[in-house]
Amino acid sequence: MSDHHAQAKSSGCGGLCGGKCGSTIQDGVIKNNPIIHQVLGVCSALAVTSKLENALVMGAALVFVTAMSNAFVSLLRHLMPRRIRMIVEVAIIATFVIIFDQFLKAFYWDMSKQLGPYVGLIITNCIVMGRAEAFATQNPPLLSIVDGAANGIGYMIILALIAVFRELLGAGTLLGYTALSTAWYEPNVLLMLAPGAFFTAGFLIWIINALRGRKDV
Amino acid sequence: MNPTSPMVILVASILTNNILLAGFLGMCSFLACSTKIETAVGLGTAVTFVMVCTTTLNYLLYHYVLVPLELEFLAFILFIAVIAGFVQLVEMVMERFSPKLYHALGIFLPLITVNCAILGAALFMVIRNYNGIQSAAFGLGGGLGFLLAIVLMAGLREKMGYSNVPAPLRGTAVLMLITGVIAMTFMGFAGMITMQ
Repeated sequence: MSDHHAQAKSSGCGGLCGGKCGSTIQDGVIKNNPIIHQVLGVCSALAVTSKLENALVMGAALVFVTAMSNAFVSLLRHLMPRRIRMIVEVAIIATFVIIFDQFLKAFYWDMSKQLGPYVGLIITNCIVMGRAEAFATQNPPLLSIVDGAANGIGYMIILALIAVFRELLGAGTLLGYTALSTAWYEPNVLLMLAPGAFFTAGFLIWIINALRGRKDV
Repeated sequence: MNPTSPMVILVASILTNNILLAGFLGMCSFLACSTKIETAVGLGTAVTFVMVCTTTLNYLLYHYVLVPLELEFLAFILFIAVIAGFVQLVEMVMERFSPKLYHALGIFLPLITVNCAILGAALFMVIRNYNGIQSAAFGLGGGLGFLLAIVLMAGLREKMGYSNVPAPLRGTAVLMLITGVIAMTFMGFAGMITMQ
């Protein structure tokens, strides 16, 4: 699924950002997937994945915040004095997180309550800061948006994978609809609780490492 | 106001509602700094200290500055600025007056600014409607809970150095599984105290 997505997008905007677009997307979504490969932003990946719906909203939040903050950091990259760039980056990121948080509060109050503090915690999500610092300070705005969105999508895919597993086996539902009837399936509540999140993430990283044939650490 | 007694909040946030094992906050530094017990104790202590002070400070600023001015939506920026400023201040004061303590904890301080447990504690404080004393108790409990979890993890990792972990499981994967087991153990405390 991720392969398909990356290709579909890269063909669309390849011309805009000088052909680097495709590799940027592939880097963010697959090769350097922020959660699996760099172990960034695991906190929220574990906290919001007890339901697929929450995971998707959180993923969308990250796509929005990372893309927009990358764009603005990139626009300001020649104006920012190096010594205070961290503060500027944090202020930019916090601004977009507030926008998203206010949006959720205004239109999706229930979702906002369910996600609780984890929307605000996007500010300290290492993925956003990491992309702003590592990519946006050295690249033009359009490419930075693509990079931010790609990393956000990579994050979203992993979140969705964990959430599908947890919601399906933990509650027998998917997006709130019954998928495994309780008539014959006894939901494994452990998966909905904290330890289930750790186990699922652990096994997922294990499987991906095994598929990649990683030998070293 | 939240009616829970501060004592209950303190104990619950260490054991049953552990900020790391039940709230998933502070995972980055938990995974990165738990290779040695000594380092873990250092980071845990620094987190506890900063968390108590910043939750209390954030409580005061939120309720006495932002709420009267109706600027609650600025809370995120205020909290992160207070945390970053406080950490910087502590680092400077420590270096000047207690170089020994600075060398023990100093290296962890910059890390703490981006530790999501600190910001998370401030956000939980707002969401759960804690008063001043409850916030301080929650900050202390959250910090001690983090200290307990990271020291336990460091102890296990030191032991794990002797075991032969399958290659694909090495690194983060096995740490996640171990954390899962620790979290499950902590769930054993669940019947003891309940907190809202």
